[in-house]
Amino acid sequence: MKRLNQEHFFSVILSFVLVAGFTVARAQDVPDVGPHPPTPPKAMESHIGNLTGHSQDAKSDYRRYCAGCHGDLGDGNGENAVWLDPKPRDFTIATFKCRSTLTGILPTDEDLFDTVGRGLTNSNMPIWNTFTRQQRADLVAYIKTFSPRWEKEKAGDPIKIPAEPPVTIESISHGKALFTKLECWKCHGPQGKGDGPSASTLTDSKDQPIRPYNFASGGDDSRFKCGSTNADVYKIFITGVDGTPMPSFADVIQPNDAWDLVHFLRTLQVNRHSKENDVLKAAGGKIPPYVEKQAEAPASQSGTRTAGGGN
Amino acid sequence: MRMGTQSNVSWKRPRVQSFAATALVVILLLLSSNQNANALPAFARKYGLRCSACHESWPMLNYFGQKFKDNGYQLMNDRDAPIWQNPAYWPVTFRITPIWHRLSTGKVQTDTGVTRITSSGFDLSGLDFHTGGTLEKNFSFYVLPSSDPTASFHFETVMGRLDNLFGSPWLNIKFGKFELDNLLSEKRILTLTGNGGIYQIYHFRPVGDGNIFGQIGDNELGVELMGHSYDDRTRYSISLLSSNDGQVGLPYGANSYTGFFAASQAFDAGKAGVQRIGVYAILGDAPTTWLTNMGNPIGGSGTGNKSFHREGFVGQFYFGQHVDLQVVTQHGWDNAWFGQGYGDLIDASTLGIAGLNNTGGTLPAGSRAPTWNGVLFEPHYVYSPQLIFIGRYETIKMSQQANGPGYMGGTGSASNFGDISTYTVGYRYNPFMTSRAGFAWHNEYNWLHSDGTSPTGTNINTSELLIGFDFAF
Repeated sequence: MKRLNQEHFFSVILSFVLVAGFTVARAQDVPDVGPHPPTPPKAMESHIGNLTGHSQDAKSDYRRYCAGCHGDLGDGNGENAVWLDPKPRDFTIATFKCRSTLTGILPTDEDLFDTVGRGLTNSNMPIWNTFTRQQRADLVAYIKTFSPRWEKEKAGDPIKIPAEPPVTIESISHGKALFTKLECWKCHGPQGKGDGPSASTLTDSKDQPIRPYNFASGGDDSRFKCGSTNADVYKIFITGVDGTPMPSFADVIQPNDAWDLVHFLRTLQVNRHSKENDVLKAAGGKIPPYVEKQAEAPASQSGTRTAGGGN
Repeated sequence: MRMGTQSNVSWKRPRVQSFAATALVVILLLLSSNQNANALPAFARKYGLRCSACHESWPMLNYFGQKFKDNGYQLMNDRDAPIWQNPAYWPVTFRITPIWHRLSTGKVQTDTGVTRITSSGFDLSGLDFHTGGTLEKNFSFYVLPSSDPTASFHFETVMGRLDNLFGSPWLNIKFGKFELDNLLSEKRILTLTGNGGIYQIYHFRPVGDGNIFGQIGDNELGVELMGHSYDDRTRYSISLLSSNDGQVGLPYGANSYTGFFAASQAFDAGKAGVQRIGVYAILGDAPTTWLTNMGNPIGGSGTGNKSFHREGFVGQFYFGQHVDLQVVTQHGWDNAWFGQGYGDLIDASTLGIAGLNNTGGTLPAGSRAPTWNGVLFEPHYVYSPQLIFIGRYETIKMSQQANGPGYMGGTGSASNFGDISTYTVGYRYNPFMTSRAGFAWHNEYNWLHSDGTSPTGTNINTSELLIGFDFAF
């Protein structure tokens, strides 16, 4: 009986070894969906504070979490891409929406790091804040392997964001005037609902239809794609949203004017509690017409007036 | 070939009556049909994420999948409400596992004596129909009709959820029948054999114990308040449950409740990954006294509540991208009345077993509250998102037997009576990894050892080898 038990034991082990060996041989650590990378990508690094990310350490995580949408080649053609709207980012052209750098310039590693951890609202990009900071840094480095731009060009410097002036009904009024003057309403609509006359004609840089942001949607927790703070909105004006029709206003708007525009846009978020909505409510709920002389008066707000925060 | 040879071998033993051995076989058969698990390609289809985004290896969740679940099956990217879905989308997943297995149970009581029964053949698991998702932002549901291998269905899970109450992730409510907030989820277990397909530590009962109500692996009926930090690093849950083992129709106690509490904290450990440690406790009471009609217990009439509790630590430790170790400990305690077999008179009556009814008498001298300690180690080697190797070792040791010194004038039960040890090894290979369906080639071996529970009072060894196709769509 003891001999039989031993034989039984060893036969079980043998069957495991044989079948497991076959399975390991089949389970090569290469993409199983879509085209395989023609050559191994060049190793890249990312630098976020004291962290250094290494692209080779993110290969498995990219495949596990990202490749389904962004594709094994990083070209935004994962097996799910056809079903997604908006389409996944194409890393091979290294054009990114959420940056702290001026339009057309590569984002900083921190920009990509923050985007991974923040996710992109109104898209299928999840909030990947479950990763360790090291994992995120490694993934940023891996993303940079897909485009030769990261070898040829340097990432830009982050724009400088001046201190936010106080919210007043005048700043909101001025912001509303700017909203009209800069023709923001043509895409975003007069009420900021994303229903302006040009809205239905917009396409992104890959000729995919794209909708302007609807400020009125969402509740108290509504977010913008590139953040949720007033400074994030300010940054969007100045840097633009590359790859979309949203341009950079760095050359046409002064910093305090940009802050006024931020204050007005917050009032379009009618379901969100904000200091701007409090000020508007205290003023009777109506935005008074903007009087030009207010703009010509010496600015009482704090903050520098350096254009766009850097060139 | 050798297996076939050995399957014809049997050992003749003297015929000795043993309720324990018979009960063990019944339990094994019941448990072998209890392998429903939660892995939803329907969620993957909705969000366009590969299975591997949420599962370390399906159906076991990874940290991101746990956060998705804790958010009420939402990614929290403002695309969670059904209004964003194609109207034809219907969130249904089925899962079933055709298998071949070889089961060998030692020292079974038969009319011709005590013998080992070994059988092998092709078989099926039960069939699960998972449906779940959001009804609206922050309103979600989960319904799981589940069958045994003969297609007899019951509701394994039925619940509604309200999430992010008052805009806070710390306030989420679950109501209905649901899985307890076990970090190492038995419903998402990676193994499938009768004994290896459950966590023994979640279901352990001392031999002869009548308390079926303290099994944290079973889905329970009740309400749960759960909360977590924005990144899910910190989690807690508090549940109020009926002490009815998840059975519908108020079949047991007239007024018996159980509480379950769990909390955990995760830490960023750099390249090693996110580590998590936590605690859990279940504390409840359950009936021992029943009204009867013609000697049969009446469902819902149970009173004479006696208490029980289990508590322990949980750890999820990661050592880079390929190796992790899951650990669960447990200290268990049942009231002495349960230890003497009082408790579930209803099911005993249904099975034709003469159960015990606490009608105001006293326990025999030497009766004590059974207590035990157990630990579970489950290491994984994740070769790639498509291939995982699984190991598990569990051991549960009695620290105080129900029948102590002086019981019935004797010396009581041996100190190791009813101790169990079990190990499981196996692997799952997914030949493809998409967001549409799941398929795993599954191979597993389990061995279980129980001390002193054979009809002859000796130890019992049970083993099972299983090979199967585990798929869900």
